[in-house]
Amino acid sequence: MPKGSDIFLQNVSKVVVFIILAFALYLFFTGHGSPGGGFIAGLMSAGALLLLALAYDIETVRKVLPVDFKLVTASGLLIALLTGAGALFFGKPFLKHAFGHFELPLLGETELHTALIFDLGVYLAVVGVTMTILLTIGEDR
Amino acid sequence: MNNLLVLPVLLPMAIAVFLMFFRKNIRLQRVLGVIGGIANVVIAGVIVHRVRTGGIQTLELGGWAPPYGIVFVADMFAALLVLAASVTGLAVLIYSFASIGREREEHYYYTSFHFLLVGVYGSFLTGDIFNLFVFFEVMLISSYALITLGGSKKQMREAPKYLLVNILSSTLFVAAVAYLYAAVGTLNMAHLSQRIAEAGQGGVLNVIAVLFLIVFSLKAGLFLFFWLPSAYGAPPFAVRALFGGLLTKVGLYAIVRTFTLIFPNDPSFTHAWIAGMAAATMILGGIGAAAYRDIPRILNYNVLIGVGFVAFGLATGTRDGMDGVVFYMLHDILSKGLMFVLGGMLIAAAGSDKLDRMGGLIRSRPGLGWMFFILALALTGIPPLSGFAGKVLIVRGGLEDGMVTLSLVALASSLLTLYSLIKIFREAFWGTEPEPEAAAEMLASGESDDRQPPRAESGRGKQTTLASASAVLLLLFVIGIGLAANGVHGFAAQAGATLDNPGLYIEAVLKE
Repeated sequence: MPKGSDIFLQNVSKVVVFIILAFALYLFFTGHGSPGGGFIAGLMSAGALLLLALAYDIETVRKVLPVDFKLVTASGLLIALLTGAGALFFGKPFLKHAFGHFELPLLGETELHTALIFDLGVYLAVVGVTMTILLTIGEDR
Repeated sequence: MNNLLVLPVLLPMAIAVFLMFFRKNIRLQRVLGVIGGIANVVIAGVIVHRVRTGGIQTLELGGWAPPYGIVFVADMFAALLVLAASVTGLAVLIYSFASIGREREEHYYYTSFHFLLVGVYGSFLTGDIFNLFVFFEVMLISSYALITLGGSKKQMREAPKYLLVNILSSTLFVAAVAYLYAAVGTLNMAHLSQRIAEAGQGGVLNVIAVLFLIVFSLKAGLFLFFWLPSAYGAPPFAVRALFGGLLTKVGLYAIVRTFTLIFPNDPSFTHAWIAGMAAATMILGGIGAAAYRDIPRILNYNVLIGVGFVAFGLATGTRDGMDGVVFYMLHDILSKGLMFVLGGMLIAAAGSDKLDRMGGLIRSRPGLGWMFFILALALTGIPPLSGFAGKVLIVRGGLEDGMVTLSLVALASSLLTLYSLIKIFREAFWGTEPEPEAAAEMLASGESDDRQPPRAESGRGKQTTLASASAVLLLLFVIGIGLAANGVHGFAAQAGATLDNPGLYIEAVLKE
């Protein structure tokens, strides 16, 4: 596609993609106390990347994010698996989650828990699967 | 707290995920798979030992007590099935090395393979009905991948049917779970059992029970098996061995578990249904096995006869019947895996899947021939081999319960099993070799879909050795279970006691 033929779409996308990604990040972290979580955040992020692919093309998405999304899925699964299996090393039942209150520099007192790491796994798996499906179907072969 | 129970699920899952990073490294995939397979057999053995000495083992995931959390439960039945499944899994994995081909291996074959095992072990071990659904889906989605992987014309033709039937039955499963949850308000199997016993099973609960029966019968190939003979004829033989050995058994396990634990209170209604479906399965399976003259179909219909047998044992509702169910399922997992491994080797050796086009193989492959012969006797239930004790117990249960006709049907289906398998043995291994031109012509015209992919002649000896090794591994177990039937019966009886008396299970899980 010659550059400039979709000037509105492309320029709006440049802004909107970051808003969507920021919203996805918000959904990801808010999942414990309010609606949100890894699954919807993953879908939202994949949606942002899809918008990029629509406004430009798939090659641009590949250039912006030069990763193999199948491996993103695998990393997500691995993170989730290790979070669950971590409990085994502390003599706790599988999937037992730990949490604690920490004093963080910018945020003040924050509750951190391993369920968030599990959610990160879900997030990566969802992004990976969705993008693999989109890119595989989208490719002309 | 007993994290041992989650290991059979965790280990193949870790391997499956890890192997996604090393798609092209076939050697690593194979080595890791074998190590994991052996480790899983050992773990399953330890679980069986623990259950034997310490009674039913439970693990509350995340430390949440049932009925609020998910609980993994290993009673003797589940533990034995995990052991048998891991042995079959290991053998089929080794057979895959010999038969699956590099193309498929590079496209996540082993990842799908291990995820399928995750689903199978998880289904056996879970004590929560919705978690059972999830593990069913893990298993089925892997099986979708395995049935389509390779993309041959035949696979593309059969896979949509297989997908459609399973998606439909999974939807019904969710609906059935929803009804059950609406009726009694819990999902933990032990708690369900307790609540249904309190409420008195009847009316709505019987309807839900029949809905579950339909769902699991679709998965297990109990009477609703219309999809099975052609779907199991599509993928490569290693995948068929996995399907025939494990997939239908998971459906059967779910039927046995549901109707001994959750819905055992109105047997005159529910168990009569199961008995009727078992009889129909054995009759139709027997007819199918006797009728066809191509090997895949004969083998597929033999899977059905086994399913009918287990359902018959369940329907008797007697102690002997329950022991027989456990015993026969153990035998069935191992011997059906072996049956497809040998079938695959036979077709690879003969270059055709039609009986009319083969003969005289006993001269070139005597080992294969005699292994097949022993398997035929084991599946029929000839005394020193593994099929005998299970069949005797099931039929004795049937006669105790006064189901004379059904017992006769069961015995007749054994006869048809023998007939169909000896037909293969007689025509493929004895007689004269077919005209070489005819076979070559048929290969060239691509008439048979079951040809093994052509491969370099030099690698052939090693591949045959690997395939034989996996067959011998399974055969040792098939013979061993038969010879040690007295010892195995001790284990089977412990499992049967739990199936016969759900109170033991409930007590172990809810700890009252």
